[in-house]
Amino acid sequence: MSTHQFQPNLPPPANTVGVITWLKKHLFNGPVNSLLTIIIAYLAFNGLWSAVNWALINADWIGTTRDACTSEGACWVMINVRWDQFMYGFYPTEELWRPQLFYGLLAIFVALLAYEHTPKKVAIWLVFVNIFPFFATFLLYGGVLGLPVVDTHLWGGLLITLVIAIVGIVVSLPIGVALALGRRSEMPIIRSMCTVYIEIWRGVPLITVLFMASVMLPLFLSEGMELDKLFRALIGVVLFSAAYMAEVVRGGLQAIPKGQYEAADALGLGYWKKMRLIILPQALKITIPSIVNTFIGLFKDTSLVLIIGMFDVLGVGQAANTDPEWLGFSTESYVFVALVFWVFCFSMSRYSIYLENKLHTGHKR
Amino acid sequence: MSYKNQNLFYNPTFRSILFQVLAVALLAFFFYSIIDNALSNLESRGIATGLSFLNQEAGFGIGLSLVEYDETHTYGRTFVVGLLNTALVSILGILFATVLGFTVGIARLSSNWLVSRCAAVYIETFRNIPLLLQIFFWYFAVLQALPSPRQSLSLGESVFLNVRGLFFPSPVFEEGSNLIGMAIVLAIVFIIFLAKWASNKQTLTGQQTPVFRYSIILLITLPSFSFFLSGMPISIEYPELKGFNFRGGISIIPELAALVVALSVYTASFIAEIVRSGINAVNHGQTEAAMALGLPKNKTLKLVVIPQAMRIIIPPLTSQYLNLTKNSSLAMAIGYPDLVSVFAGTTLNQTGQAIEIITMTMAVYLTLSLLTSFLMNIYNDKVALVER
Repeated sequence: MSTHQFQPNLPPPANTVGVITWLKKHLFNGPVNSLLTIIIAYLAFNGLWSAVNWALINADWIGTTRDACTSEGACWVMINVRWDQFMYGFYPTEELWRPQLFYGLLAIFVALLAYEHTPKKVAIWLVFVNIFPFFATFLLYGGVLGLPVVDTHLWGGLLITLVIAIVGIVVSLPIGVALALGRRSEMPIIRSMCTVYIEIWRGVPLITVLFMASVMLPLFLSEGMELDKLFRALIGVVLFSAAYMAEVVRGGLQAIPKGQYEAADALGLGYWKKMRLIILPQALKITIPSIVNTFIGLFKDTSLVLIIGMFDVLGVGQAANTDPEWLGFSTESYVFVALVFWVFCFSMSRYSIYLENKLHTGHKR
Repeated sequence: MSYKNQNLFYNPTFRSILFQVLAVALLAFFFYSIIDNALSNLESRGIATGLSFLNQEAGFGIGLSLVEYDETHTYGRTFVVGLLNTALVSILGILFATVLGFTVGIARLSSNWLVSRCAAVYIETFRNIPLLLQIFFWYFAVLQALPSPRQSLSLGESVFLNVRGLFFPSPVFEEGSNLIGMAIVLAIVFIIFLAKWASNKQTLTGQQTPVFRYSIILLITLPSFSFFLSGMPISIEYPELKGFNFRGGISIIPELAALVVALSVYTASFIAEIVRSGINAVNHGQTEAAMALGLPKNKTLKLVVIPQAMRIIIPPLTSQYLNLTKNSSLAMAIGYPDLVSVFAGTTLNQTGQAIEIITMTMAVYLTLSLLTSFLMNIYNDKVALVER
């Protein structure tokens, strides 16, 4: 008796595969779409071509003065000359190894934490959150182990952008978790205090918060107490982003099914054990993408510190535009600064999408 | 041994009360110490307290004001001027951002690959660049690079664009133009009745009336009819180059233009994503059901998908509007006289009353956002899907 043999699969119909079919389906289905495709392709090609021409082909790259910029395109010499300022602000030249070491360590930590299969990730995470900030402070500010003190008004450029963003996120996350738990607490006074805090900070623009931190905060301190300008800005940023973080975490807490809470209660766990062992691990896991999104927002918002007189990346770019020797190259500096921010924000948003897909398991509803 | 005799500290009610009393005490101590510090600091620096500064003469001019204002007006008046300027830029920004955002969001869903790619590039570019940078770019790199008034770019000798701003003709209302206003009001009243009648007719008979087409006809014919009837009382004033700048007509200062462009371009990229996800969130079964009923593609979109998508779109959309309003405070960076710039900036520098001024400024934004979230909650309750 012969066994039944399946016929091999037939190839898909010829009119559903291939480049031509794809083009027909996605670009030229109907007269209106075809016309639209042609017009947009023409415009996009022209725009792209002139942008490439300006930024790469006709651009000047090497030199030290504006006389080096002879061609019609972009003058990247300007960025070249101010590279150190864009990276480190006015950090003393002989001490530049310190921010460089900081960048290097930061890159290693981020790479280790972002990579999926790193062993002992939790330990690395704890070191990054608990030890690295203090180490970085001593490294950058100095004053210990014979390192000369570098005052924070000399910090600038990408250094200050990263410092504000990282401190903002690392400090505001625990505060945010506490506020979120408080807002869902059963104690009415605690709950209303947390709610009022969150709603107030979320309702006002960051710039007024920074103003408050820079002009109102000194009035609130007892006489003789002076706070560093960077420190004041950090306080403002942390207070502000903690409120946003609280709402993100609250979203995660609400997404955990009630059964998890009840099961923890049934096991006889107390409030803190219940939160620490059952609820928060699950809630924080599903909120990681939203936390990354909050971080992206915070990262972009760090540029506002230039309004209270600090030189972040944008501040350095803005100062470069008013330099009488380099007048007329504002487009170059804006494009460069935009590129810096864009690279950071875009890669973070891709990472958050990747995480969202990876974590799309379990309790996602 | 009964439960009650155990250590009082393990009693949940007692613990809860204890913690709350502690929290209140901590908060009270915190406020007491900062207020105490603030009072002694203010005294030692010789800064006055209270809101009486609002009645003092301001003594500085403001470049753009929707109400009458000059140096002799009070600080209270500068507050109003700043508030109105914030409102102006927010409303303009919201209008443009909505139009642009919906266009890009729908383009993102287009079946044309190139159109949807272009929309994606737009979204990813503008969403990932700080707003302040975009404002600077539009103001310093684009608008400040425009020609001087003498070499302005012009459109038909009536619209002019130069480094001082955008100038276009303004209508001048002469005697008898009330009639036209009345005609417009009349047309709107007619349209409301027409819409009511049409929806009644549809529920009774199922027949549809092209209300939108009729409304447009009404809105155009009635006012233009009365315009000619009353002897053409509206004339047009063209901007003219006098000395170093244009006079007459309506002018838009470059600060306002840069701010509106940057705010709407930035916010539109967020609105586009909201629109896209809102439309995507409508269950595909709805589209299929509409197709099964024999509705054509455009009616499926208009009658089935959009109404359901709006329910998802509107709450995040309002929060974007709110963000736009809050972001308009960046105006200060380019010198547009908004609330933060004239009040928390110039007024604060002149009077030094940081606490009162920052609190008032924050209170304005806070009121706005609490009001919006209150209205949103009402809306949400109204439109929430009532499930079985």
